[in-house]
Amino acid sequence: MTEFHLNGQLVRVDSPVNWSLLRLLREQRWWGTKHGCEGGECGACAVLVDGRAVPSCLTLAHSLHGKRVETVEGLGKPGDLHPLQEAFVDVGAIQCGYCTPGMLMASLELLRRIPDPTEADVRDALTGTLCRCTGYVKPVEAVLLAAQKMQEELS
Amino acid sequence: MSRSSQFQSVGRKTPRVDAEKLALGRGTFADDLELPGMLTLGVLRSPHAHARIVRIDTSRAEELDGVACILHHGTVERIAYSSAGQGHPEPSPWDMFAFDVKVRHVGDRVAAVAAETPEIAQQALDLIEVEYEVLPAVLDPMEAMVEGAPVIHDEEDAERIHDANRNIVAHLQASKGDVEEALSSASRVYERTYEMGYVQHAAIEPHIALAWMDEDDRVVVRTATQVPFHCRRILARVLNIPLKRIRVLKPRVGGGFGGKQEILIEDLVALVALRTGRPVRYEMTRAEELHAARTRHPHRTTLRAGVDEDGRLVGLSMNILENSGAYGCHALTVMCVAGDKALSLYRIPALSLDAIAVYTNLPVGGAFRGYGAPQGFFPLESLIDEIANDLGKDPLEYRRDHAIRSGDPLPMSKALGEGREGFEQTIGSSGLFECIETGGASIDWKTKRSRVPGKGRFRRGVGMACAMQGSGIPGIDMAAAGLKMNEDGSFNLTAGATDIGTGADTMLAQIVAEALTCSVEDVLVYTSDTDLTPFDTGAYASSTTYLSGGAAKKAAEDVKEQITVRGARMLEVGVEDVHVEQAHVVSTDGRKVSFSEICLDTLYVEEQFQIQAVASHMSYVSPPPFAAQFAEVEVDVETGIVRILRFVSAIDCGVAVNPQMAEGQVEGAVVQGLGYAISEEMIFTEDGSPVLLDLQDYHIPTARDLPELVGHLVETYEETGPFGAKAVAEIPIDAPAPAVANAVFDAVGVRIYSLPVTPEKVWRALQRKGRSFSPDTKDKNRATTRS
Repeated sequence: MTEFHLNGQLVRVDSPVNWSLLRLLREQRWWGTKHGCEGGECGACAVLVDGRAVPSCLTLAHSLHGKRVETVEGLGKPGDLHPLQEAFVDVGAIQCGYCTPGMLMASLELLRRIPDPTEADVRDALTGTLCRCTGYVKPVEAVLLAAQKMQEELS
Repeated sequence: MSRSSQFQSVGRKTPRVDAEKLALGRGTFADDLELPGMLTLGVLRSPHAHARIVRIDTSRAEELDGVACILHHGTVERIAYSSAGQGHPEPSPWDMFAFDVKVRHVGDRVAAVAAETPEIAQQALDLIEVEYEVLPAVLDPMEAMVEGAPVIHDEEDAERIHDANRNIVAHLQASKGDVEEALSSASRVYERTYEMGYVQHAAIEPHIALAWMDEDDRVVVRTATQVPFHCRRILARVLNIPLKRIRVLKPRVGGGFGGKQEILIEDLVALVALRTGRPVRYEMTRAEELHAARTRHPHRTTLRAGVDEDGRLVGLSMNILENSGAYGCHALTVMCVAGDKALSLYRIPALSLDAIAVYTNLPVGGAFRGYGAPQGFFPLESLIDEIANDLGKDPLEYRRDHAIRSGDPLPMSKALGEGREGFEQTIGSSGLFECIETGGASIDWKTKRSRVPGKGRFRRGVGMACAMQGSGIPGIDMAAAGLKMNEDGSFNLTAGATDIGTGADTMLAQIVAEALTCSVEDVLVYTSDTDLTPFDTGAYASSTTYLSGGAAKKAAEDVKEQITVRGARMLEVGVEDVHVEQAHVVSTDGRKVSFSEICLDTLYVEEQFQIQAVASHMSYVSPPPFAAQFAEVEVDVETGIVRILRFVSAIDCGVAVNPQMAEGQVEGAVVQGLGYAISEEMIFTEDGSPVLLDLQDYHIPTARDLPELVGHLVETYEETGPFGAKAVAEIPIDAPAPAVANAVFDAVGVRIYSLPVTPEKVWRALQRKGRSFSPDTKDKNRATTRS
């Protein structure tokens, strides 16, 4: 039995030992986390574990005991988007949207670490997430915009 | 003032209709669905490039607990088909079978297992015993045509292969004027050969399909496809069941780029559902994607161009040798596009194309964004650059002097249709000149071209290339849309159009909103369901805005007419005394009724009827969007590494229905094109095995790899398009590769004739040339000079 916090809620799961966190999430119908390679290359399945962005496909579900897991479902709600989600929608950073959850989680980690990132910081943070639609121009713009908005809200 | 500024919805950056749910990560993709008792399918793939299956024994796999269904050539009906996902009649040969006694490339299908869990499916695949008679393989298209080469398609029941005994899929010839005569009278003739390798779509969402039986014993396939209607038609053939027993649904798709035009996996899940009555899911692994899906066709292209004494182009011939891989998917039509687009860009009196597509025992070519045009423009635009330099002319001015103009005929459009004769066409709107000017100014062409040549380790240069594409396949592609009015003044739009992340649903909503003067939020878009939406050929050939948008506009105009008639009647005036404005019918004396009141009246009050319309749209012209693209690079002469510093695209897509989405298309296509230019290539061992099987090794550009990308949308108004629109999805991928190669020449004076432009190729070219290069003594190319 593994116990961990998923988006703030305590969950207890009894999954087979070989299951990845990605598989566990999707088997529980948490569809937000996507999968593109199951080898840690594409970043579509990125989630935060204790605040760090990790590929959930390479994270064993059993290793999560006592940890805090955050997925895209914990970010915002319909009509009440997180500033990052709002910025991705506003600047047109979402094309097919398949890599979006992974990008959002990688960006969230960045903005908690560096609230006022440079463009280079953002590019570094997004390098682990492969996107074939956008050319990364608008996602980078979205993260910078979200950072600015979140800073303004704080001050 | 641009003509688009008069519009309310078109030409504005409306957020995507699906953006919020995608940002929330809601379950909208094919795989975001779980059905009770769903099986998982796995595929056993060939380890050999060419072999005959002598014996296949599935008895041990069958005994395994949890195995529900095993498919192979002994258990599945043999029906020749093509997975190419094209319209009827299909231009690609019927040269494949769901399962065959022969395998023709590493990764070809051998068997499939559906089981209770992925682990059991894998275990069962491991237990299948296959005895192969390994056959000699042929990997080079030139060798494949030689007498005595292994015959890859020796089966009797394939159809429409041009010459199976010589491994020739298709052969295409077309000409305008007498090229040989033109070249023999030219003052100089240039002949160059270019090589373009294998690349992969690498959509982040792999191919994925689910299938189940509904309560009427029909098979429902939920699949990440670009072509739901072709999928249904082709499934009916390969499964040998009535088309009416099949329903294809396309949910959100995680990128396609042509790779999901292929009917690659849907037959497998449908077969299992039909046989077991149970839901089933199959998703290709990334390794499967990288060798068993489809690719861009590699081309080896020889161009011969002649110029007269003034340096004007007088003749151009193009010879294409296309490697189609193990099957002939899109082989003929990709060559048609390569020839048609590349030979049409400049005013040249005599033109010819001779193109041959050949089978080899390598992965299969398919549709890939640009569809042959990138393979046409890398040779063309490299050669034009070389000729201009040789003649001492500015490549920008040389291009402008020769470029096709509005009112010019498209020289090859009749000869090179979709694998059959096409239609005469004339250029309508063209912003090519403005694209060249705008892009040139943006990259600061004049200053940078006249820069004093560098002498240090890092040397900079700028290069450019132009391109044109089409907007749909003329005379063939058709799109239909239905529109129905609701009591609150909202509308349901149903369309066969297929949004694969391109923004098609949003674009359609904007066009309907524009025609009806309502808000985009009042258009509810439902697309790509073969039971419930009208037909559409699908998301390919840059057709959706032009054709599906055209259909939506027609349907909206019909609905608007019905609204106007009822509104006038409610206001008790003639239809000539009203107009439609902001979702109201307004009379000349200023009285008005809202869309909502009108719909309530038609549904409940008097002479009741449903305001609705269905419209179809097709076109005998395919207006070309144009591009001028510019690269600034820095070359490390010690290592040959090319760093792209800045990339500028100036694109004429007519009126951009949604400029923000159009910019996104340009940015994404440019980056995919830069991967083609410098970093992407599928490589194989001598026995035809793939070497790069994950995205670590097959390097698509990342956020850190990229230069400053600048995009300019140069607006023109295409009279035949919906609200002036042309296509945008493919054009920006056509010219990044030659722009980069030309910039490398400007920087260090070496020409790279093959893609990708790797450090090794650049370094070797520099070694051959000697390091003492300075641009003043730029290599004189090997032009033959006639006196």
